[in-house]
Amino acid sequence: MSELLIKNGRVIDPANGIDKECDILIVDGDIAEVGKIKKTAETVIDAAGKLVTPGLIDIHVHFREPGDEEEETIASGSAAAVAAGFTSVVCMPNTKPPIENETDIEYVHRKGRQARKTHVYTMGSITKKREGVELAEMGFMAEAGAVGFTDDGNGVQDPSVMLRALKYAAMFDVVIAQHCQDNSFAGNGVMNSGYYSTILGLPGADPLAEEAMLWRDIQLVRKTGVRYHAQHISTANSVELMRAAKKDSLPITCEVTPHHLLLTEQCCAEYDTNYKVNPPLRAARDIEAMKEAIAEGLVDALVTDHAPHLKSEKELEFLTAPFGIASLECALALYVKALIEPGILDWPKLIELMTVRPAKIIGVDKGTLGKGRQGDVTIIDPDAEYVIDVNKFRSKSRNCPYNGWTVKGRVEKTIVAGEVRFSVDD
Amino acid sequence: MALLKRKGEQFQWRHKHLLGLRDLSTEEITYILDTAKGFEEISTRSVKKAPPLRGKVVCNLFFEDSTRTRNSFTLAASRLSADVIEFTEKASSVSKGETLLDTARNLEAMGIDIVVIRHNAGGAPKFLSRNINACVVNAGDGFCEHPTQGLLDVYTIRKHKGTLEGLKIAIVGDIAHSRVARSCMWAMTKLGAEVIFVGPPTLMPAQVDQLPVSVSYSLDEVIEKVDVINMLRIQFERLGGNPFPSVREYSHYFGLTVERMKRAKSDIMVMHPGPINRGLEMESEVADGSNSVILEQVKNGLAVRMAVLFLVNQAAAMQG
Amino acid sequence: MKVILNAEQIEQILRDLTSRIISEIPPELDIAVVGIRSRGEVLGQRLASRLSEELGRDVPCGTLDITLYRDDLNSPQSSAQPQVRTTEIGFDIDDKIVILFDDVLYTGRSTRAAMDALRDLGRPKAIKLAVLVDRAGRELPIQADYAGYKADVAPGESVQVFLTESDGKEEVVIG
Repeated sequence: MSELLIKNGRVIDPANGIDKECDILIVDGDIAEVGKIKKTAETVIDAAGKLVTPGLIDIHVHFREPGDEEEETIASGSAAAVAAGFTSVVCMPNTKPPIENETDIEYVHRKGRQARKTHVYTMGSITKKREGVELAEMGFMAEAGAVGFTDDGNGVQDPSVMLRALKYAAMFDVVIAQHCQDNSFAGNGVMNSGYYSTILGLPGADPLAEEAMLWRDIQLVRKTGVRYHAQHISTANSVELMRAAKKDSLPITCEVTPHHLLLTEQCCAEYDTNYKVNPPLRAARDIEAMKEAIAEGLVDALVTDHAPHLKSEKELEFLTAPFGIASLECALALYVKALIEPGILDWPKLIELMTVRPAKIIGVDKGTLGKGRQGDVTIIDPDAEYVIDVNKFRSKSRNCPYNGWTVKGRVEKTIVAGEVRFSVDD
Repeated sequence: MALLKRKGEQFQWRHKHLLGLRDLSTEEITYILDTAKGFEEISTRSVKKAPPLRGKVVCNLFFEDSTRTRNSFTLAASRLSADVIEFTEKASSVSKGETLLDTARNLEAMGIDIVVIRHNAGGAPKFLSRNINACVVNAGDGFCEHPTQGLLDVYTIRKHKGTLEGLKIAIVGDIAHSRVARSCMWAMTKLGAEVIFVGPPTLMPAQVDQLPVSVSYSLDEVIEKVDVINMLRIQFERLGGNPFPSVREYSHYFGLTVERMKRAKSDIMVMHPGPINRGLEMESEVADGSNSVILEQVKNGLAVRMAVLFLVNQAAAMQG
Repeated sequence: MKVILNAEQIEQILRDLTSRIISEIPPELDIAVVGIRSRGEVLGQRLASRLSEELGRDVPCGTLDITLYRDDLNSPQSSAQPQVRTTEIGFDIDDKIVILFDDVLYTGRSTRAAMDALRDLGRPKAIKLAVLVDRAGRELPIQADYAGYKADVAPGESVQVFLTESDGKEEVVIG
């Protein structure tokens, strides 16, 4: 019988409405008790002055396996994730080849288990080869454990195909997620269309590219009633659309990334490709709108959209470099900077958006510290200040614009299924 | 003769790169124009050469088609006694998939002193300047800037009008995709002129209202008020989709016709960066007419490019 | 700062230079004056008008900017970088006796640059060098044909020429 006792921490469990100083006992990998625990145990962690939360969940990461293993593998990605406090992650299916049948789903699960770091879930693609024409085998993938479907990297361009996908998904209890990007508006845009794209002489993507598809999908959800998740929304108008959709009680959720809360299109002014991302960095007013939405409770999940790339790939002209920011390993601190420090959220609300609410979207029974649940726990030092150093990342890639930022909020330990799989002392 | 400054009080040109005009001050732009004046005379001699770049190697790194600008730079460099090598896309290893960074490192290894680069990606010259020790001169990057064109345009205007202060200048055409429009805008506004972008709404850049210019969709409304009109080339190779229904309709609304010239100021300067689509941007009679300074622009382009090559080389020498 | 030449002395030197030139150069030969920017330009113009008056015919005058021909362009310098100005020689220099006029002859490098520049402009019959002030310190084997004033200048000191048209006063100082 293995026992792990976490003492004296501030336990924050939004799912169960807990925010108090108490202890947690994990026995044989499951949570046995939460409260003031007098007895001792085999392993004791003193969490005085720290936050003790359900293991954090990132429902949007790219681990590039199969196909681009030089950029990242499921093993390196989940090692990075667990060092960042995440006990569960959801991989996106835009690998090479894409994740589009049950063997692919099982492959990702197997690699995740072998890595023995975080729990690794995956979404499957909506359409075959993510081409947006024919539906992929959502049924078999759902049975194999896919936690949702998306063509992420692309949006499903043809409205009739999207409608068909939603209708078909009604047979299963799954969420359809969308990378909202209407290519006829986006064109070959490499950054937000506006003053900066004009003076930098780069093709810009009209924000309508995101908003038009989101609006369209909302109408399709109205018609089909299937659960829908808008990935990485980034504009003020998208927020407006979400607000109206939720007011009408549609089964729609949405997520936000740290860069859409911290960086604007102005960051591209020196053509630094670390700021090239899709959806692109927007304007200050869009950030304001996103923060308001989060304060209102409109946003359901905070994610990273961790998108690792090789140094050689990013060392190209801005026009041709690939899109993506790899920020798994500084995510929590970035959210502290964006949301806690300016007083938009308190810790319980922040944790809620990184645990129970994302868990609900993907339909897994995680993100809580309830008795009998698997022992996924994250211990956080909310006051520890440090400087982000990409050279210390466990991820294979370094394309991160936050290098050198001084931030607050560090993960001390990450416990997955009762095992300490990351400790800051290592 | 104006009172002369003594040594030590003089303005210093410190930039070893010319990447764009947006980041140059009015004083710096004026200095380039004043320097160009000193180079005009070389082209009138029997021996059209001067030695300041002797022993230096200038590389034309052109990833986009352009005989005109490339030849102008080649001539400018050789007039200054530099050796010139050409790196054009079709011939170079770029078409074999070599990255810009690798090309830069190769040029560095070869000991090139000045790279003149034209590239379809805005920001490519800046990228190059961060990865190479040589001087970098931007000969056109994406829709961003074409600084020597902007400079030769204001140089030409200054020669005719004495100063740009208070002048009204119209720039007409596909502003959205025009790096010439942007470079001209920066240079002209910094020298005190009022700039008006003219064209169809579909060819105006995003958030044009945040630029230091006014916008008009009507050439007829503007033609009577301006002192200078700069007609941009409609670049069919760059247009995506169809921003206007037909060439006929475009030239009907935005072509510089003899008819429109009748309503313009008698001393209006007609400019064009070339090459002209005769009958589209302007009628032949206007292109060849007495108000046209198009050929003079070409001549001035040579003096301006000589000045630029000279100055960036100087700055590099001073930085040791 | 010591004044070594005042306005009258400068005037006298120009008169002397004019008569020496006229007496030495056969009258049937074409003379032209080319002043080296910047102060050589002013002096050149004055000389040319005196020569024109004395000879009763027009002696053309041009201005030469030697910046592009300097031999120190490509070495890092701590002093101010030179500004390129215009060369304005509106006549043919072929077969003429060109009198190069500079304000101070010191190392000889400016004269050398001026001769290189003239070579690219044509082939004069002869080049003669006239200077207002001649100081020791040659770095090249160059001498003035017509030196106005031989100055005794210590190595660390400089000679500065001020002329009315360019500086608002008329004197030569050592300092």
